[in-house]
Amino acid sequence: MSLWRQLTSGLRVLTRRTAADQDVADEVEHYLDEAAADLESRGLSRDAARREARLQVGNVMVVRERLRASGWEHVVGTSLADLRHAARQLRSAPAFAAVSVLTLALGIGASTAIFSAVNPILFQPLPYPDASRVTMVWDYGADGGRIEVTFGTYREIVARARSFDALGVMRLWQPTVTGGAEPERLEGQRVSVGYFRALGVLPALGRDFDSSDDRVNGPNVVILADGLWRRRFAGDAAIVGRQITLNDALYTVAGVMPGGFENVLSPSAEIWAPLQYDASLPVQGREWGHHLRMVGRLHPGVLPEQAARELETIARAPMPTFPRVPWASIRKGLRVEPLQGDVTRGVKPALVAVLGAVMLVLAIACVNVTNLLLARGAQRRGEFAMRVALGAGRSRIVRQVLAESLLLAAIGGVIGMAVARAGVAALVALTPPGLPRANAIAVDGTVLAFAIAITTLIGLVVGLVPALQASRSDPHSGIQHTSRGAAGGHRTARRTLVVAEVALALVLLVGAGLLLRSLQRLFAVEPGFNPSHALSMQVQIAGRRFANNLGAVRQFFDGAVEAVRGVPGVDAAAFTSQLPLSGDFVKYGVQWESAPNTDPNEDQSALRYAVTPDYFHAIGIPLRRGRYLDARDTIDAPPVAVINESFARRKFAGRDPIGQRAHIGDTSKPWFTIVGVVGDVRQTSLALGVGDAAYTTTAQWPFVDNPLWLVVRARGDAAALAPAIRRAVWSVDKDQPIVRVATLDALVAGSASERRFALTLFEAFALVALVLAAIGIYGVLAGSVAERTREIGVRSALGASRGDILALVLGQGLSLTVVGVAIGSVGAAAASTALVTLLFGISHLDPTTYLSMIAVLMSVSTAACWIPAWRAARVDPATTLRAE
Amino acid sequence: MGEATTDVIQGTLDMLILKTLSLEPMHGFGIARRVEQVSRGVFRVNPGSLLVALQRLERAGWVDAEWRHTENARRAKFYSLTRAGRKQLDVETADWARRAAAITRLLKTEA
Repeated sequence: MSLWRQLTSGLRVLTRRTAADQDVADEVEHYLDEAAADLESRGLSRDAARREARLQVGNVMVVRERLRASGWEHVVGTSLADLRHAARQLRSAPAFAAVSVLTLALGIGASTAIFSAVNPILFQPLPYPDASRVTMVWDYGADGGRIEVTFGTYREIVARARSFDALGVMRLWQPTVTGGAEPERLEGQRVSVGYFRALGVLPALGRDFDSSDDRVNGPNVVILADGLWRRRFAGDAAIVGRQITLNDALYTVAGVMPGGFENVLSPSAEIWAPLQYDASLPVQGREWGHHLRMVGRLHPGVLPEQAARELETIARAPMPTFPRVPWASIRKGLRVEPLQGDVTRGVKPALVAVLGAVMLVLAIACVNVTNLLLARGAQRRGEFAMRVALGAGRSRIVRQVLAESLLLAAIGGVIGMAVARAGVAALVALTPPGLPRANAIAVDGTVLAFAIAITTLIGLVVGLVPALQASRSDPHSGIQHTSRGAAGGHRTARRTLVVAEVALALVLLVGAGLLLRSLQRLFAVEPGFNPSHALSMQVQIAGRRFANNLGAVRQFFDGAVEAVRGVPGVDAAAFTSQLPLSGDFVKYGVQWESAPNTDPNEDQSALRYAVTPDYFHAIGIPLRRGRYLDARDTIDAPPVAVINESFARRKFAGRDPIGQRAHIGDTSKPWFTIVGVVGDVRQTSLALGVGDAAYTTTAQWPFVDNPLWLVVRARGDAAALAPAIRRAVWSVDKDQPIVRVATLDALVAGSASERRFALTLFEAFALVALVLAAIGIYGVLAGSVAERTREIGVRSALGASRGDILALVLGQGLSLTVVGVAIGSVGAAAASTALVTLLFGISHLDPTTYLSMIAVLMSVSTAACWIPAWRAARVDPATTLRAE
Repeated sequence: MGEATTDVIQGTLDMLILKTLSLEPMHGFGIARRVEQVSRGVFRVNPGSLLVALQRLERAGWVDAEWRHTENARRAKFYSLTRAGRKQLDVETADWARRAAAITRLLKTEA
């Protein structure tokens, strides 16, 4: 009730100022009357009573002011007055207002855009209930790195571990859906029972998979994503229980996931089927392949470290009921890592670096606006002095200046939000393909709150120095307006700010420079194949006529490669099971006949490529020894293989690998004889080293990988051939989906997309920083020259040449730059440690980068100093002296 | 009036106003005069402080205010105690009694 009264009576005062004032005046007046009447009744004369009453009440104006100043509305009222005043001030200086507002809008917009991109990835919990309990479980590879788990390990952990509420494993699955509109290849997952429970999200329609679904030769059932359900099945709620056609087989729809479900482990997956692996764990089967990703939901209160300790205990105590194979012995235990960290692992360094960079830009923008406000404060010393002389308190002046800066920040914030919206759109277009949760990047409530918070903060920060400066105005000297040279305090402040600006700009420039040189070094790395004039695409076979019919599959791929070879402009065409830099990473164990593995810690696996004979020519891998695989190496010929240089050097240092024999994968199959050694190829990334690799022909490999990559070498422009090549493949069978069409050049460029993402943003930010720093230096020097016109006039009257004056002003500006550069270099050396994981081939202290960036900054700063210096040199001594 | 007159003890003005209004509704000067009379001229209320205090009490919901026209056609603001104000008066009176008793005790032991 009292709060209500506070509000209503306060609002009445605010909205009906005159009436409220009248009330106060009436009450005071009435008080006076009554007091006078009282005194009169005690025997004073009318006039004497009136005088005495006034004496008692005191200054009526003061009483009225006290009454007015007592409510909350008074604060609001004066703040509004401050704002009105601030708005008038800004209108009277449109150039200053425009530059400040745009600078702030740029800073606020850029940082808000970056924040909106970074927030869902780095800061927000994943979109699952109790997301902190969702963890990944990895096996340890031979090199101590993490690798995917086997189905056998999963079976044992599910049965024995007590730390988890639910555990699930999954692998990717790409079925083709037919029936209805044109065939479409879907991204999907094969998941074990427990996968959705581990994430904590269950189907909105229908049911989750249960153990009767997830068994070998179990029923064909699927769960659909909301998007697929709406797109392909018109959001029909009766879909549950109906059958759809996938890969020519009928699958019953068991459920539909809710619309908001984000599947961070495979964001593009739209369809799920049960894993249906063999629980009897045949040793040669896929059940013991390291290719499943395991996700678990911890019991409430169990930490990942505790779960890891439990798994280690289990790993150390094998049980006869849970047999293990040597390559999945889990001797080293298992790794338990929070899913959040896992999802952001690859992009975190780039995002943190970009966030840091944008904060630097914001800082520079703030420094610049502070500087502008200080310069304006210096021009307005007279006004402030006058106000102080008229009785304005120090806090009143501070409030007024803060109101101005807050208003600037608010306008800047509003425009900044527009900048942020555009920025977010640009960012989404720019994001590296591997960026998790890219669909969650948007300007939402959190982002809005961030922008408002940052705008307010900036308003306060930016206004504080000028406000304190202004409140220190000495009314005497200020009003006299003569002591121009006495404004030493604000000059020091402005110079300090310029030095800070230069230093911050250098930090950004060095960051951008380091990333640029890293990217140059990275692209100087030979990928090991010839990416120019080459096209790649993924071809998949799907359909019942291929099921359990190896002959039909081979016939299709052979026919397709033959058809493509016939396309005019095609030089060579071949299929491969895995393509370099495409994200493929398939390894098989290799057992050498002559060099058996003795060291249990040695990685016995190698990248395995099943290729058609022309592959090396098509992709451009050079031959080092022996011969390539060719048309002789058919299914009936003795099995042969080609290995890469690294493998040959590591295993047969100094000896000839040609003629050596090895088992690749299945040890029960015949030996592969090595017939050649080819050049090394970067499979995972240009930045990472080369692993062992072995190539066989698709014909001699026991099964056909599906999908296969088609690699085409063109005589001219490779991209232009894509439609003709697609038609050629479809001339063999029109129902086979073709996806991921890209030139190898694009593949190489895309492999560095995270570094490029960081670089693009750093370049943009560094450019902004450079411009802002130049504006800052120019502003300070121009102001200083304007204030020192008289002094300069005197100097030239006393015989200083134009060159002397030029040198004087330039020297002043450049000395600020040099101090800034010195501080900035130290700052850059410290800040660039955060970039280390993004660098390649250079140290974060790379002297060339530092020197060239300092040179850039110095030349821009010289240019910025030149205009005021030139203006100073043209000061006519006669005019200035006469003006005094 | 005279030399003995002082301002009211700090922190007691609200209580004195509430007490005075508990007798009958009054305007500002009436309250001041009543406090002065009843205290036999010991306390004098500063008009500025009184009016500010009345505004505060009104907003707190302890007194109601009403504009009336006086016989000489002037607007006058009359204050009256609300139910909440009466409760507040009890609280403040009890509090004051406790404190006054404590001070009296302290002064006695000192003597």
